[in-house]
Amino acid sequence: MAIRDLRETISLWRLCWTLAELDIVQRYRGSLLGPFWLTLSTGVMVGAMGVIYSTLFQIEMHDYLPFLAISQVLWGYLAVLVAESCQGFTMSEGMIRSMRMPFLLYGARMVLRNVLVLAHNVVVIVLVDLVLWNWPGPAAIFAIPAMLLWLIDSLAITILLGAICARFRDVPPIAASVMQMAFFITPVIWRPHLIGDKEWLLPFNPFFTLLEIVRAPLLGTVPGWEIYVSAITSSVVLCGVTWVFFARVRGRIAFWV
Amino acid sequence: MSGMGEHLPALIEATGVSLDFPLYHASGRSLKKTLMGSVTRRMGEDNRHRVVVQALRDISFRLEAGDRLGLIGSNGAGKTTLLRTLAGIYEPYTGSIRVQGSLNALLDPNLGMNPNLTGRENIMLRGLYSGLDGKEIEQLEVDVRRFAEMDEFINLPVRIYSAGMIIRLGFALATAIRPQVLLMDEWFLAGDANFMERARTRLEDMVRGAEILVLSTHNTDALLDWCNRLIWMEQGRIHRAGPTVEILEEYLGHRVQPKAQPAG
Repeated sequence: MAIRDLRETISLWRLCWTLAELDIVQRYRGSLLGPFWLTLSTGVMVGAMGVIYSTLFQIEMHDYLPFLAISQVLWGYLAVLVAESCQGFTMSEGMIRSMRMPFLLYGARMVLRNVLVLAHNVVVIVLVDLVLWNWPGPAAIFAIPAMLLWLIDSLAITILLGAICARFRDVPPIAASVMQMAFFITPVIWRPHLIGDKEWLLPFNPFFTLLEIVRAPLLGTVPGWEIYVSAITSSVVLCGVTWVFFARVRGRIAFWV
Repeated sequence: MSGMGEHLPALIEATGVSLDFPLYHASGRSLKKTLMGSVTRRMGEDNRHRVVVQALRDISFRLEAGDRLGLIGSNGAGKTTLLRTLAGIYEPYTGSIRVQGSLNALLDPNLGMNPNLTGRENIMLRGLYSGLDGKEIEQLEVDVRRFAEMDEFINLPVRIYSAGMIIRLGFALATAIRPQVLLMDEWFLAGDANFMERARTRLEDMVRGAEILVLSTHNTDALLDWCNRLIWMEQGRIHRAGPTVEILEEYLGHRVQPKAQPAG
């Protein structure tokens, strides 16, 4: 049954895409810049944080800004995705109760919507690289398979959190505080090597390794094997847990929302 | 409208369907309760403090092409739940339901319409959901627009529409896609009389075009006009089932005259 859900979702990909697109259109309807507000606000934030933190950490701006831009854009994607996943199914209550749709479609819609947002924010990274004339080089290729892994993980997150949060209404605030904590303990705005001789601990943080497999190539380096092992292991665990959970509770989601 | 089901004759087969409707209170869903619950269970107490409504109990029937089933019973007898289960929205805990053929369920007045999107966008989504291609969606739009008398409103968000306009749009949209199996809930027969005049013709077309109809209503005329068999539900069970007039007379407690002329 869960497999049928997946198959139906794939056959409805046009609906899924349109829903995601309309979500963005609807959010910015009537505004002058439209979705480019996303680009602008991310750009302003990266610029401001770049100045502050390069002073605080006493790093060369030229060095720090590309790092910060990529980190901020990727983390922004993840944080918003998690927050929206928590309301994924509860927000679609009306739709879930009035027509039969595969549940994965709601997840895929959220992922696509956030990928569209990400696409607008990537402009900031490109601009920073352009202004500083700091291009990653051929290593950037490695970011592509890593992004694909992100997409699969994203779908798993939306389904897992969406279902859990529909059932247990305490989970959204828990997820929010976990994400906030993760933001501080993960090298998002600070460089991994700043942690000094505790650096060996970092591969145990799945947030870090998943971030690093995309970020490092975009900065021109290929992450070490331990990063990949950690990122892939945590993805397999995430997807496995999600699949088993989804297969079990799929029939009950309609009662929970 | 689409899919492999189109070539097969329509069929609905329900076998021993039971469904419990869990009621979660605001506090009942918290993590704490569940954790506490598992603790008490370990201490040997029963963990049955969840409130469950036995929505459907051992429902079995079979409908083939040409069958028009009416569901009657008091409020809360499980009619709407049964329709939702047939539509695949709720899954039965025990028993099985087999539906063959394209299906359209008119259950909710807004049919999942998004109030922040324009009429046109909602029409497009509905078309995509039903698996229509670009050209068919255009036709759908023309058809819905004409029937619902939308004019320029089609490019405005649905939330600013008047109540009547929303009903017209919802109705036009729901009836534009002709299914093999049509499930219909009560509200579809309610509506302002003026609109109903026109709606009725369209609805009758659709009902007659469908191979199987399942209708839940208290409206005696509609039952007599459209249904050839009835299921009378009480407390989630099939209380009585049989030919329309016979069951209806028993249900109402007086004789009914089937009209020679269809109402409307």
